[in-house]
Amino acid sequence: MNGLAGYFLRRALGALAVVLVLSLVVYATFYIAPGDPARLACGPRCNPEQLRQVREQLSLGDPFYLQYWHFLQGLVAGHDYSTGTGVLHCTAPCFGQSYQSNQLVTDLLAERLPVTASLALGAMVLWLLLGIGTGLLSALRRGGATERVLTWLTLAGTATPVFITGLGLLMLFCVYLEWLPFPTYVPLADDPEQWAWNLALPWAALALLESAKYARLTRSSMLETLAEDHIRTFRAYGLTERAVVGRHALRGALPPVIALTAVDLGSMFGNAVLTETLFGLPGLGQLLVHATQTIDIPVVVAVVMVTGTAVVLANIVADVLYAVADRRVALR
Amino acid sequence: MTPLVSVTDLSVAFPTGDRTVRAVDGLSFALAPGGALGIVGESGSGKSTAAYALLGLHRGTGAQVGGSVQVAGHDVQAADEAALRRIRGGVAAMVFQDPLSSLDPYQAVGDQIAEVYRVHRPGVSRRAARERAAEVLDRVGIPDAARRARSRPHEFSGGMRQRALIAMALACEPRLLVADEPTTALDVTVQAQILGLLGELRAETGMGLILVTHDLGVAAGSVDDLLVMKDGRAVEHGPVRDVLETPREPYTRALLAAVPRVNVRRSVEPVPATDDSVLLEATGLRREFGRGRHTVTAVDDVTLTVRAGETVGVVGESGSGKTTLGRMLVRLLEPTGGELRYRGRDIRGLKERELRPFRSELQMVFQDPVSSLNPRRSIGESIADPLRAAGTLDDAAIVARVRELLERVGLDPDAYHRYPHEFSGGQRQRVGIARALAPEPKLIVCDEPVSALDVTTQAQVVRLLGELQRDLGLALVFIAHDLAVVRQVSDRLVVMQGGRIVEQGPADAVYERPEHAYTRGLLAAVPRLGTEEGTEDGTALQGASA
Repeated sequence: MNGLAGYFLRRALGALAVVLVLSLVVYATFYIAPGDPARLACGPRCNPEQLRQVREQLSLGDPFYLQYWHFLQGLVAGHDYSTGTGVLHCTAPCFGQSYQSNQLVTDLLAERLPVTASLALGAMVLWLLLGIGTGLLSALRRGGATERVLTWLTLAGTATPVFITGLGLLMLFCVYLEWLPFPTYVPLADDPEQWAWNLALPWAALALLESAKYARLTRSSMLETLAEDHIRTFRAYGLTERAVVGRHALRGALPPVIALTAVDLGSMFGNAVLTETLFGLPGLGQLLVHATQTIDIPVVVAVVMVTGTAVVLANIVADVLYAVADRRVALR
Repeated sequence: MTPLVSVTDLSVAFPTGDRTVRAVDGLSFALAPGGALGIVGESGSGKSTAAYALLGLHRGTGAQVGGSVQVAGHDVQAADEAALRRIRGGVAAMVFQDPLSSLDPYQAVGDQIAEVYRVHRPGVSRRAARERAAEVLDRVGIPDAARRARSRPHEFSGGMRQRALIAMALACEPRLLVADEPTTALDVTVQAQILGLLGELRAETGMGLILVTHDLGVAAGSVDDLLVMKDGRAVEHGPVRDVLETPREPYTRALLAAVPRVNVRRSVEPVPATDDSVLLEATGLRREFGRGRHTVTAVDDVTLTVRAGETVGVVGESGSGKTTLGRMLVRLLEPTGGELRYRGRDIRGLKERELRPFRSELQMVFQDPVSSLNPRRSIGESIADPLRAAGTLDDAAIVARVRELLERVGLDPDAYHRYPHEFSGGQRQRVGIARALAPEPKLIVCDEPVSALDVTTQAQVVRLLGELQRDLGLALVFIAHDLAVVRQVSDRLVVMQGGRIVEQGPADAVYERPEHAYTRGLLAAVPRLGTEEGTEDGTALQGASA
C-alpha cells in the first residue's frame, strides 16, 4: 500500500506544479495584455483622482513579480482587505478580490463551481449512457431499428452546434410541449428533484454533442475485443452471449472510453460557456468570459486554476480506473 | 459399442465474396470412447475447421455446415442454442492453440475456470466453484494451486497458461477433449510435459482425445489413430503405427519426409567457404534490462564467433536469452557489456550514425511474418525500404532489384504491389527473407524464422535459406527452440540457458555427444516418430532437402 500512497502523493505534487505554472502564465499574459483594469473597474464616469485611488487599492502600481508574490501569499496564508469601515478577512486559499465587484473570488467560485460541476458531471453520465449504449448496439446488433435511430441521433447531435441543438430543445420542451421548466439553477442541496428537472435540457444538449464519438469508440473497441481469442474460448465453453459480452468483452473494450471521458470531462469545466449562456446558468464559463473582457485578473486566474485542477483530477481518476480495469497496468 | 464421436460426410464452406471456399469436404470418422485420434495436415488443410465443428463453433459465423456430427449421443448439428451450450465444455471441451490470448487477460485464472464450472453446474456456490478451480489447477500441475488461482494470465509462463487451459477443459469432466495445436507455441521441454499430461489425464478419466496438429512428431506419441487431411478431405486414416511406418499415400509420405529429425545429420554437405575469415566476434557480451533492484541480466558473458559463409545454430528454452543475443549481434540492441567486433572493428558502442555503414551488412529475419510486415504497405515497398534507406539506387533500379529479390525467394515478381494479407505464412516469411537480402548483407540473424510455419513450409523455407547461403556466401545465425530444425541447417551449435552459453561446438558433435546435462535434457524432450531408424525415412528426407 506504500506504493499506492506514494503514487497519489507524486500525482498530487505534479498536479500542484501544473496548476501553479498555469497561474503564473495566466497572470503574466494578462499583465502584458493591453487595457487598464483600473479604468474598467472604475467605470465610464471616473475622474483621474478616483482612478488613482482604485489603482492604488488594487496595487496595480506594483511590479509584476510583487503582485504575483502577493497572490501566492494570499493562497497560502490568506489576506485582509480594508473596506473603508472595517476589515474583510479572506482565508487561505485566498484568490483575492474581484476588480469589478470587490467580492471575494473564493465566494464567486463557491457560487459558480457547483453549477458547472452539476452541468458537466450530469452531462457526462448522460453522454456515456447514450454513447456506450449506441456503440454496443451497433457492435452487437448492427442494422436494428433502435441502433439506426440512435446512431443517426448522435451523429446529428455532433454535427449541430450546441446552441442550435439547445435552442431546438428549449423550443420543443419548454415552449411547445411545456413539459419542462425554462432552466434556472436550483442547488442540489435545496431540491434535488428541481435540480435535475432544470438541468435536464442542458445535459441533453451536451450529451447529444458528445455521444457520437463515444458511440464510435465503443463500437470499434468492442468489435476489436470480440475478435480476440479469449472471447472464442468462453463461447466454446458454453457461456451465453450476454455473459461473454458483459463479463469479458465489455471490460476489455472500456479503457479507451475511460481515457476519453477524462479528457472531455476536464475540458467541459472551462468549455461549457455556450451551453451556460444559452440556458442562462450562472456557471464558471460565463464568469470566465466576463472576467476576461474586463481584465479581472484574480477571477481569470482562479477560474483557470480550478478548471486546470479539474482536468488533472479527471486524469488521475482515469489512470486509477484504468489500472482497476486492467491489472497488468501498474500505477507508478 | 457406440462411438464417442461420429462424424459423417461433414462439410464446412465459407462464403467469401463471389465464391465459396470448401474448407472441409465430405469428412467422416469415428472415435471410440476413451480413444485418441490425431488429425494432421498442413495449414489450410481444414483440420482446425473440422475440430471446431465438433463443438458447433461455426454456428453464427456464416459458415455453411453439412453432414452429421454426433458427440456422446448428442446431435451437434440439430441441437438448439441451450443444448449446444450444455455440450460445449460439459460434454466436449476445447483446448486452444495460443495459451496467452485464449484466457481473459483481465480476470484471475481461477475465476475464469470457476465461471465455466458454474455454467455447467448451475446449483454450485461461488465458493465451491473456486475450490473446484483450485482442484483442477492442482491436477494439471500448477504448484500452490489455491494461491495461483488468483493470478492473472500474464503472471503465468506459457507452459502454465496451457496447463490452465487444460484445467478449464477438465473442470466439468467432459467426455471428449479437443486440443487444437496445444503445444505449437511452447518449448520442446514444456511440449513434452503437456503431451505427457494429456496422456495421464486420458488414462485417469477415460475421456476421448482429438489432437489437431501439423507436427507428426507430436501426434506420434500421443494418439492411437491418425487421420491425415489435405484440402478438406481425409487422405489417409488408420492406426498411428501403420500410417507412420507404411504410409500409402504420397501426401502422407511427403508430410513425413518434411518432419525434421533431430538424430539425422545435415543432409546437404556445406560447401567449404572460400573465405572463412571471422565476420563477427562477440567476447563476454552482456545485456541487462531495468535498473537497481529490478535489474535482469538477459545475456551474460557470451563469447562466440561467426565466420563468413557458416551457419551458427542457437538453441535454448524461452527466456534463455537467444533473442536478446540475436538482436545484439545485429546491433538492434546495444550490449551493456563485453565486446562486439565486426570484421575486426569494435561496433559495440557506436552511435546510430556511425553504425550506418554496417546496417546493410547485418540483417535480421523475424519470427512472426504477420506482425513484422506493415499490413498497410505493399510487400514490394516493404522490401524496398532498406534500399531506399541506403539511398544509392534510383526508383527504377530499386523496383528492378525488388523484382529480382522476389524471384530469388521463390515468389512471383509481379507480387510487388500486393499486400501481406494476400499471402500465406510461408510466403510472408519469404518476403521477410527478401527484405533482409535487399541490402546485400554478409550476415543474417534469423530469429525463429520457421516456428510459426507448418512442417512442410518449414522444410521449404529452411531449404531456401540453405540455397541462399550457398549462392551468396552468407553467414547465418539461426535461432530456434526446435532442435531438429536447427540441426538441419547448422555447422556449429550454441546451447543457451539462463543467458549463458552452456555448450558450443560443431553441430554433429553436440547433437551426438552432448556434454552438458541441459543439452541432454533438451534433446531427450524432442518428440520422435518412432520409425526414424528405417533407411526409407533417411532417403525420403534427403530427397526433400536436396
